[in-house]
Amino acid sequence: MNPLLRRALITGVLGGAAGIHVSLVGMVEDFQGRDTIADIVTVGTMLPILIAILVGSRAASRMRAPLIDPTPRQAVLLGAVAGAVTGAVLALLALFVNSVDVAWILSNAKPSLADLLWLDQGPVVGSVILLAGGALFGALGGVLHVLPAPIARAVAIGGAVTIVVALMEPFLGAVLRNVGLRFLEGFLYASGGLTLPGFILVYALVAGGVYFWRTRGTSTKERVRAMPADRRRIGKVVAYLALIGLLLLLPQIVGSRLSEVVGTIGLYVLLGLGLNIVVGFAGLLDLGYVAFYAVGAYTTAVLTSPASPLISPELPFWGALPFVIVAAAMIGLMVGAPVLRLRGDYLAIVTLGFGEIARLIFLSEWAKPIVGGAQGILSIPPPLPFTNHPQVIYYPILFFCILAAIAASRLAASRVGRAWNAMREDESVAEATGVNTIRYKLLAFGLGAAFGCLSGAFFAAKIGTIFPNSFEILVSINALALIILGGMGNIYGVVVGAFVLVGLPELLREFAEYRLLIYGAVLVVMMLLRPEGLLPSRSRRAELHEDQGDDEVMYEHEAGVDTGRPVVTG
Amino acid sequence: MTETTRATTGATATTGATTVAADAGADAGPLLRAEQVTMRFGGLIANKEVDFTIPRGAIVSLIGPNGAGKTTFFNQLTGMLRPTSGSITFEQTSIIGLAPHEIVELGVGRTFQNIRLFGDMTVLANVMVGRHVRMKSAWWQSLLGLPSVRAEEEAVRQRARELLDMVGLRRGYEEEFAKNLPYGDQRRLELARALASDPKLLLLDEPTAGMNPGETARMTELIRRLRDELQLTVLLIEHDMKVVMGISERITVLDHGELLAEGQPEEIRSNPQVIEAYLGKGAAGA
Repeated sequence: MNPLLRRALITGVLGGAAGIHVSLVGMVEDFQGRDTIADIVTVGTMLPILIAILVGSRAASRMRAPLIDPTPRQAVLLGAVAGAVTGAVLALLALFVNSVDVAWILSNAKPSLADLLWLDQGPVVGSVILLAGGALFGALGGVLHVLPAPIARAVAIGGAVTIVVALMEPFLGAVLRNVGLRFLEGFLYASGGLTLPGFILVYALVAGGVYFWRTRGTSTKERVRAMPADRRRIGKVVAYLALIGLLLLLPQIVGSRLSEVVGTIGLYVLLGLGLNIVVGFAGLLDLGYVAFYAVGAYTTAVLTSPASPLISPELPFWGALPFVIVAAAMIGLMVGAPVLRLRGDYLAIVTLGFGEIARLIFLSEWAKPIVGGAQGILSIPPPLPFTNHPQVIYYPILFFCILAAIAASRLAASRVGRAWNAMREDESVAEATGVNTIRYKLLAFGLGAAFGCLSGAFFAAKIGTIFPNSFEILVSINALALIILGGMGNIYGVVVGAFVLVGLPELLREFAEYRLLIYGAVLVVMMLLRPEGLLPSRSRRAELHEDQGDDEVMYEHEAGVDTGRPVVTG
Repeated sequence: MTETTRATTGATATTGATTVAADAGADAGPLLRAEQVTMRFGGLIANKEVDFTIPRGAIVSLIGPNGAGKTTFFNQLTGMLRPTSGSITFEQTSIIGLAPHEIVELGVGRTFQNIRLFGDMTVLANVMVGRHVRMKSAWWQSLLGLPSVRAEEEAVRQRARELLDMVGLRRGYEEEFAKNLPYGDQRRLELARALASDPKLLLLDEPTAGMNPGETARMTELIRRLRDELQLTVLLIEHDMKVVMGISERITVLDHGELLAEGQPEEIRSNPQVIEAYLGKGAAGA
């Protein structure tokens, strides 16, 4: 069989499997309540459509082994075939759940699911719709490969961003209301999604913007670079001032409920910045980072809460903070010291253990007199007097986030950051080049711990009550996932990652149930398509895209071959 | 072979030092002295009772057939391996048990046989890491962004550029990732990184491996020039006999982990035991 066709069929079946999966876990049905485009497409219906487009695009892409570039006609046809196969699989699924009752094991496999997939048109017309729709959207995915690259990019990014804008209706709608643009909200949003004119407007703006940036963007960048240094500096200062102004006004703009979310994002930014020092800068994979978060929270709670018997009189939050940071650094060194000789996976496993040990100690009977066991510690006072309002506590969190970001970026650009970087690349060579690797590992653990504890302290003060179960392994995983997603080693990446992984799920309440599923899917897709993260540091990108850097490599050499001559490759 | 065979003809380490002009004044005595160094890996003896000295300012070569224990010996000088027994002193300081970075601080720089750069760091950053050990700003000073830190950073960047010039790396490469450099330039960059720590003793592990005759000649010339300009002492491991004979002032031959011969190039060239070790029995008579 033609290898292209074979791939299209396989891709189509895989797409069908993905479709079956989202249908049976209930996403298609649960997301019917909200529209992407008001009264036209619900979020639930959008899922199979997106799958078909992705499948089509994949089937029409360049094939690597054997190397074949589909012709434009082939691309569209392949996309359509793959999409149609996906549609066919879903049609079979609909027929199956409609005729066989398996709801007693698969609770979502009900006739109502079939009706949804058939768009309420009955088995015959519905199946045709699925097939034709699959082919249509698959072909659309294929068309992306026919269009010139800048246009295809604009079309794809425009679509993705517009969908996100639609999904963020609760957030953006509230923002528009709060800044007095109620009319715009009315124009853009209806029934939980974008209105049709709103959809078209947003799509046109984004796609147009991307196209402009891609085609003319370089010249804009050149122009910025060509500007005299003082003018560039002024521009930079203005940009920073605008950013700071926006951050200061943020709680007022987004309103009280969303300020809560922003505060949580801030806590994770702090966590991410700390973990980024350990993992991103120094290359020490720490899976037990939650331990520091817990220590920070518990130290704060024990020192400040009247409900804990240990220290009285109680310290105010700010009085406790120095102790928290000192405790943090000490715990960091305690965790760091025994694992100094471990590398890579061994380090990851041991630190994973430390994370769990921390939680179990806080849960234990033995430590109960101090930290309260499973009952936790109650009535932790807020950092600012009398109020724990999310619009107020946001400010100290913001302050420390900015402080931490400045600290991290200064370290990264200094002797310390270089030493960490060298250690990450090759520990024994770093040592042989003069870096005291033991010292710098401990420094990374200590500083990372300090940031983590700071975040924990604010967590405790923000919610006022802490339990051992607030500090599960999932916190470590979240923090790690957000720096991977954002772009390891990059400070802006941490912010983006925290927003995407922590902020978005809070905003999309319907998704809460499927949070981990979406997490997993997003991470898998990221690792396949963009392993360096959304906003990678320059060196990380170089590291993970060796194949694309090849044209820059002028010579190749097999290490250790004494008589080997350099081979010219490009 | 059970006992160390000295094939040298009277040219002991001390007289070797006097033949070299540089630094013959205040700090007399060898820069580095290894005595009875033995390295055992389980039952395998990689180095056996090696006595070895490096006179100040000299270019000394360590040669021997594959598996003779050259790199093992090297790794003991740089602290990556700790000898099973014996002593090594650098400028009268014992370096046994010191961590590699402490030995770098004393003034020993090295390059690797199979180039080991920090591939995903820029060319300039690679050299700046080499300077790490001579930098003074502490982490909390960097955190505070003190002016002294910035000044030091700028000075180090300047120094790194000078070193890149010195080893002959093109200016345009500074911000390029090290792994993207052509092979010969990677060797030069590794050299610049080693030089950045202001070493007194530079250890080069096969600096011309994999180079064509033209590149080899340029590298040899560079090593000699660096020695003169920076008052270095150089120890190199090398396979290419032409390089060894051309550049070395003294040569030490290891075979099966033991010292086989030591002396000036012409002595080594005509030493029957050396010829036998390299070419096999029978060749020595020819």
